[in-house]
Amino acid sequence: MENKIDIKQYFINQFDEFEKSLNGEKTSEFHKLRKDAISKFTQLNFPTQKDEEWKYTNLSPLLKHNFSQFIPKQKVSSEKLNKFLFDKMEHSLLVFVNGSYSPELSKLIDIPAGIIVGSLSEELKKNNTVMKKHFGNYAKNENYFFTTLSTAFTRDGAFIYIPDGKVVEDPIHIIFLSQSGNEKVLTQPRNLFVAGKNSQVTIIEHYVSDEESIYFTNSVTEIVTDENAVVDHIKLQEESKKSFHIARMEVDQERNSKFSSHLISSGAEISRNDFNARFNDLGSECMLNGLFMIDGEQLFDAHTMIDHAKPHCNSHEHYKGILEDKSKGVFNGKVMVRRDAQKTNAFQENNTILLSDDAVMDTKPQLEIFADDVKCSHGATIGKLNDEAKFYLKSRGIGEESATSILIHAFASDVITSIKIPALRDYLEEIISKRFNG
Amino acid sequence: MLLEIKNLHANIEGNEILKGINLKIDTGEVHAIMGPNGSGKSTLATVLAGREEYEVTEGEVLYNGKNLLDLSPEDRAREGVFLAFQYPVEIPGVSNTNLLKTAVNEIRKYRGEEELDAMEFLTLLKEKSKLVELDQKFLSRSVNEGFSGGEKKRNEIFQMAVLNPTLSILDETDSGLDIDALKIVANGVNKLKRKDNATIVVTHYQRLLNYIVPDFVHVLYQGKIVKSGGKELALELEEKGYDWVKNGKEEVAV
Repeated sequence: MENKIDIKQYFINQFDEFEKSLNGEKTSEFHKLRKDAISKFTQLNFPTQKDEEWKYTNLSPLLKHNFSQFIPKQKVSSEKLNKFLFDKMEHSLLVFVNGSYSPELSKLIDIPAGIIVGSLSEELKKNNTVMKKHFGNYAKNENYFFTTLSTAFTRDGAFIYIPDGKVVEDPIHIIFLSQSGNEKVLTQPRNLFVAGKNSQVTIIEHYVSDEESIYFTNSVTEIVTDENAVVDHIKLQEESKKSFHIARMEVDQERNSKFSSHLISSGAEISRNDFNARFNDLGSECMLNGLFMIDGEQLFDAHTMIDHAKPHCNSHEHYKGILEDKSKGVFNGKVMVRRDAQKTNAFQENNTILLSDDAVMDTKPQLEIFADDVKCSHGATIGKLNDEAKFYLKSRGIGEESATSILIHAFASDVITSIKIPALRDYLEEIISKRFNG
Repeated sequence: MLLEIKNLHANIEGNEILKGINLKIDTGEVHAIMGPNGSGKSTLATVLAGREEYEVTEGEVLYNGKNLLDLSPEDRAREGVFLAFQYPVEIPGVSNTNLLKTAVNEIRKYRGEEELDAMEFLTLLKEKSKLVELDQKFLSRSVNEGFSGGEKKRNEIFQMAVLNPTLSILDETDSGLDIDALKIVANGVNKLKRKDNATIVVTHYQRLLNYIVPDFVHVLYQGKIVKSGGKELALELEEKGYDWVKNGKEEVAV
């Protein structure tokens, strides 16, 4: 018999302890948001497969563990992070260890004046007005169990603010390291990225662990792209196969803004990403690309929604999965074209390669169109590696392993090549090579 | 003897396509295999290259004294067998250069030779691409993706030039080629001909054989070689058509 935890009661009990740790901060205006969230949380139920949004994802394994949010501070050397620095060079780096900002491991290079790159906890102390204006406005608690949990326990996360007209040339790399030893830790990064009018920035959210430990990450990321802003977002997951990862990203796009997202993931025991973007005004573009590679008994679930609420916007979505062993993948991609959203262009595709007979993929590409002058397409394929192509490669003297690796690289290539940072592309190609070259 | 096919029978999905092929090929020779559609020409080529979909039910194939049918497709290639495909496969996302670099180095490794470094490899590619007048820009493009029919066939011969096989099997390399492309391809094949290698040219028409002159011509019909002769046999076939062979076969049967 496995003990299942009453997760709701468990966290409600933890809230008192959490409040105490906040010290004087609990009298702040912000703390009201946490208190509202915990009272909302008491009314919500842990998602089960009876919920339409969780139909293919059984979260119950999460209930086998007691996750603690309050573990002693861990010592981490900067060498440990070296292998995750994609360009092997100095670049702006924010590091969070078990959810807490680590100023010793972080460094900022060539950040123009006026730009804020730092931790949410700092901005909470400063009562930052930009933070206050946007926090929780896009990732609303509503009926989101895990967002509400995150809001109730908001403590830290990355905060980036690019004022109007500012451009950050080099990518800002944020590493979330989970290193908990034998403790089962829950971290709840709460990220907020605000790009002002005519600004530009590239942000990499990188979730890593170099040990096969059990931990739970529940992250919420809100991104605001104001008029004419260009924001490139890349999320990488290089995590323990015993970990749990639940994440939500909400993107708000104002007029003529350009947003791109790449999710490159080797999954977790259970990994769920909800990526939602909304066009709030005309002339914007949104790209949501993803590549996930899972094996063993991993479960990876990508839930996306692009809301064409306004006319004259373009969206492009392409998710690809490579599944081995008994792993399971889920893609649920919705493109909503509302009644006023004429002249919408929307493209959506999901392709999956199953490398074993036992791997399972559930895919649900959805288009909901209420306007009549639009160009939309969607599709999904699930298959094996192309046998003809493999035979062709073999007939040239290329062995089974290399042929498989070459074809997997080829399959992944269109997602990888649309990432604009060459050093990051190389880093990802290497991950793929290591994984499939035996 | 480079290749010795003895009483080869092969099935696909339960249908017997090859019904007892016998053929001997020595180094320095060019053999043409002709025959009407559906006679088993491409099947023979594909079975020799090792496509798993075909099941060999009887017979044996000796290549340099080794049992060819025991080798995996990649080991056959490493031993020097090359198939120029009738329908070269498009592989988006894999560059020609990447394919050839992996192939050359895996073949060299198999033979206990050092891998080529980047410079040596590039020099090799440049030299061989001239042989089939292939533009350098094709090297960085995805394998056969968006190539015209002629470009695909030229690319096959280019790969053949780079891999430098001992036994080349050209499966309908002339199909879909205009006369200029045909000459370029044939010219490439002729330049690759040596005393210590051999070529099998599988074709429906005599046309290609004006440019690649065979030492022997075999006519395949209903899974068997029904006639063999010198290069003049091809001309005779062209003149009389395959009905001549078909009728001949029936006479034999009677």
